[in-house]
Amino acid sequence: MFLILKRISKLGWQNFSRDRGMAATTCFIIVMTILLVSSLFIFQEVSQFLISSIQEKADISVYFKDNTPEEEILNLEEELTKIPEVKDVKYVSEEEVLKEFVERHKDNPVLIESIEEVGGSPFLAVLNIKAFQAQQYQTVVDFLNKPDFGNLIEKVDYYQRKPIIERIFGLTDGMKKAGWTISVVLAIIAILVTFNTIRLAILNQREEIKIQSLVGASNWFIRGPFLVQGTISGFFAALISLLIFSFLCWFVSHKIEFLFPNLNIWSFFIDNFSTLILIQLSTGILLGIISSIIAIRKYLKI
Amino acid sequence: MISYKNVTKVYPNGTAALDDVSFEIKPNEFVSIAGRSGAGKTTLLKLLLVEEKPTRGQIFFDDKNLSKIKSHQLPQVRRKIGAVFQDYKLLSPRTVYENIAYIMEVIGASDEEIKRNVPQVLEIVGLEEKVRNFPAELSAGERQRVAIARALIHRPEVILADEPTGNLDPYNTLDIIRLLLKINELGTTIILATHNKEIINSLQKRVITLEKGRVIRDEEKGRFIL
Repeated sequence: MFLILKRISKLGWQNFSRDRGMAATTCFIIVMTILLVSSLFIFQEVSQFLISSIQEKADISVYFKDNTPEEEILNLEEELTKIPEVKDVKYVSEEEVLKEFVERHKDNPVLIESIEEVGGSPFLAVLNIKAFQAQQYQTVVDFLNKPDFGNLIEKVDYYQRKPIIERIFGLTDGMKKAGWTISVVLAIIAILVTFNTIRLAILNQREEIKIQSLVGASNWFIRGPFLVQGTISGFFAALISLLIFSFLCWFVSHKIEFLFPNLNIWSFFIDNFSTLILIQLSTGILLGIISSIIAIRKYLKI
Repeated sequence: MISYKNVTKVYPNGTAALDDVSFEIKPNEFVSIAGRSGAGKTTLLKLLLVEEKPTRGQIFFDDKNLSKIKSHQLPQVRRKIGAVFQDYKLLSPRTVYENIAYIMEVIGASDEEIKRNVPQVLEIVGLEEKVRNFPAELSAGERQRVAIARALIHRPEVILADEPTGNLDPYNTLDIIRLLLKINELGTTIILATHNKEIINSLQKRVITLEKGRVIRDEEKGRFIL
């Protein structure tokens, strides 16, 4: 058994090393596929980041009546955090609202003077609430509309923001679906191109396969070297892809970070290095092996 | 050893290659299959190599019915046969040495056996200087000698030679026929398909003559008569 495996490996390596043109073509096509699959992995991360960034902008605000004790607001905040639909609750006191307002309009003396004339904060304390899904906001609003909170709450701005929230969530859902559809379609195209390249390479060797069969080689003895050849091509392609992909991630990382602060592709690449290696090796080797198995099957029926 | 019983072969396109062919071949025989091109000689050999299956009838090799053989049993049968083809059918990306060693590797011979036997066989066919050459670097006669060396290396029970001299000049033709006779003297059954009158007449061996897929003559020490 060991002798047969050794011979199959030797024949596979000979096939790979002697037909360098075909080996280079096969590796090149697998590299393209691996790079595409790896890019889709990164693309999913980037789109997830963008979706989260957009969704962060969707929230509702609860304004409290003037002179509502802070303790009661904090109690309500705690109760809100217990609702499963609520993703995040942030309390902003009257003073903090005022501070933010002054900071934002520090270059506008008319507004600053008006505030100073009023004396104290003319603003209301706010709870900003975020839910996981657009349709979950209604549950939160129903909770806030309970009579217990009637004497605390001045206004909930859900109904004014509802169309925007629904549009944001609709958009991000669309982005997710489009991202997945594009990824799946591109992956299928890449796999088909690789499969056809390997199929053509094996088609060129159909006479050799026939001869091997006629002189008494078993199907596994014929198939084995092609699988070894496919594995070697996939392995080399994965290594080349890793080098190219590392360079690309490093190169575009700063440019992307400039466009989207907090999105660092290079850090993501480093953090997910082992996953990426696994994706690249398994894509390369499995593509090489599976394509070879399917392509050679036809020629073994002699 | 080999027995064709009422074998008929009709190809899917309707061409009838063999029609009710029956004969037997004993161990250590040298049998020539004579006939014009298209008489069914190649089909007869392809059936023995199970490259094709008969439409009707049965073929026995070592008491094994080849018409009913399962695909996983095929390699075992083919390893008992050495085949020499008119177009050589050598593995073009492999050297002379590797082409011959391939059969030994297939049957699971040890590396030592391969290293010992391949040079011996190459010496028999006179190609010991060409071990590192690829088939494309050899002449037609040399390629055919490689094919014979490959057919011979694993000591098969029978060697099928389908027009082995078809592409060769008279000198190489004579060499190849002498080689086949020598192999036969060493105990291997030879089935030679040819339409070369001179070869058949010079052999003075058994001749089965085919015409339009039928056996029209089967003679010990036969001659080429058509």
